[in-house]
Amino acid sequence: MGIGKDIMVNNKDKGSITTYRRKEAKLAWLFSTPAILLLIFFVIVPFVWAIWLSLTNTRLIPNPNVPTRFIGLENYIRLVSDEVFLKSLFNNFYFVIVVVPLQTAFALGLAMLINQELRGMNIFRTVYFSPVVTSMTVVSIVWTLLYNPGEGLINAFLQAISFGKLGPYDWLTNTKLVFPAIMMMSIWQGVGFQMVIFLAGLQEIPASLYEAAEVDGANGWQKFVNITIPQLRNTLVFVMISTTILAFRLFDQVKVMTNGGPSNASMTTMLYAIETGWGRLRIGYASAITVVFFVIVLLISIAQRFLTREKGVQRNG
Amino acid sequence: MAKDKSKPIFKYHVRKKIQKALKYILMILLAIFFMFPIVFMIISSIKEDEFQVVTDMSSLRAFIPVGELGLQNYQDVFASLNFAHQFFNSVLIMVLTVLFGLLINSMIAYALARLRFSGKNILLSVVIALIIIPFEAVAVPLLIIVNKLPWFGGATTWLDTYHVQIFPFIADAFSIFLFYQFFVNIPKDLEEAALIDGASLFGIYWKIVVPLSRPIIATVAILQSLNAWNRFMWPLMVTRGEDVRPLTVGIQSFFGQSPRLWGDLMAFASMITIPVLIVFLLFQKWFVQSVASTGIKG
Repeated sequence: MGIGKDIMVNNKDKGSITTYRRKEAKLAWLFSTPAILLLIFFVIVPFVWAIWLSLTNTRLIPNPNVPTRFIGLENYIRLVSDEVFLKSLFNNFYFVIVVVPLQTAFALGLAMLINQELRGMNIFRTVYFSPVVTSMTVVSIVWTLLYNPGEGLINAFLQAISFGKLGPYDWLTNTKLVFPAIMMMSIWQGVGFQMVIFLAGLQEIPASLYEAAEVDGANGWQKFVNITIPQLRNTLVFVMISTTILAFRLFDQVKVMTNGGPSNASMTTMLYAIETGWGRLRIGYASAITVVFFVIVLLISIAQRFLTREKGVQRNG
Repeated sequence: MAKDKSKPIFKYHVRKKIQKALKYILMILLAIFFMFPIVFMIISSIKEDEFQVVTDMSSLRAFIPVGELGLQNYQDVFASLNFAHQFFNSVLIMVLTVLFGLLINSMIAYALARLRFSGKNILLSVVIALIIIPFEAVAVPLLIIVNKLPWFGGATTWLDTYHVQIFPFIADAFSIFLFYQFFVNIPKDLEEAALIDGASLFGIYWKIVVPLSRPIIATVAILQSLNAWNRFMWPLMVTRGEDVRPLTVGIQSFFGQSPRLWGDLMAFASMITIPVLIVFLLFQKWFVQSVASTGIKG
């Protein structure tokens, strides 16, 4: 691994090797220290402390009447019967079940479409990707206007294509529609990201595989099922897992558009954690939510390792 | 015979042409799907009549610059919302986070990839393990830490400062990993030659490895800049006043005021989005490459 080894050995000067080694190790620690300190202070300490805080009733601004103390698993016991928390957790799973398959399929379709050699393909790729560079805060505000109940653009569009049979809907104030509306917008914003990852995966599939299949008379669908999908296996797992993790981190959209409402219909785990810890200053309880959130993310990550390990190639795993 | 042969060929050509036309129609429809909110935002921002922005939405007028047009909404955002200051905040926070991040993350990655020292393998495993901890998992306890943290000049809290929005995001396990992967694959010959020429170890990093690493520096810089520019949750938690507030929190707070001035909001939104879109159009190849590289994740 290290450099200079061969040269120094050629010198046959043992003293100089040790000085060199010592210098190398010193430089290595010098180079690593700033990042190590920052990671310890801003990731590891708060992360470990979250576990401790979740076992206490800590508040951001201590309440003189209720002294901070160790309360064991009380926060977790309360979580199990906290309806808002259960609703938020349910919403995250709801998001995963709907958005992950839809967005993955859409992204793969887009990637296959722009992977063809047609004129102007660059322009289309740029256009499809541009929502990704748009801030989610901005996207949420623009879409709130698009979802405007009476004369919103999306209602107008639905009425136009259905000759007035559909809508108008109260997208963001109806408890049944609010979360699907947020999902739709999230797909619009995020699908370009996965499209690019799929595109990179598609371009690595050897053309000879498709040529051989054509010689054997395979049609487009057979090529897709027997070559594209198996070759993209690790990329597919990666995209689906990372979209799942993003779904559990859902915060910006719901905070800006609905703040979890109406009546918690769009509450998410992360929004509830932040509302509890930052909004209502209940750090202990919020930390317990955070810990549950992390355990879920950890399980998903382990699932990814497990799913991508089988195949010898470790590209995405 | 000749006739029989030419017919299927002719048919084949027509079919190919129709297929191609259909593909273009599909791609144009998709382009409309991805562009309409952005076009709508920009067109609405130059309509001076606040009421017209909403009434135009029921027809295609939403995408056509009609009615009273002008930059009044932009002027309003500059005059009443202190846009320039919030823009400065966002740029400052982004630039400092990314610059310090590039330096510090590339340094540790260089040590992990190219230098020999004891404890290296453990350090590498810890960094890779840290990738799976999302910032959301530490935000709440970090809030209580920064709430009571000293700073130069006798300050006793980090709330409402620039540094509270910069420090937590400088060291980034995923950036370290991206740098590490790149450094491991640089051929050793160059460094060995430099070593024979008497270059110092630091000289090798600075004069040979860093210049060779432009692609990965661009990748990490783009990913971190986008993250910093769009960051919302943490600045919302740690800025209470307007002094150090970035654009994302600024527009959300303006959005929360009633009545909602949609024209002004769309002007504000356009001014957050257009600079990024311009940078993206100029460096789009790099953007796409950086995103593609996140797929090769360990």
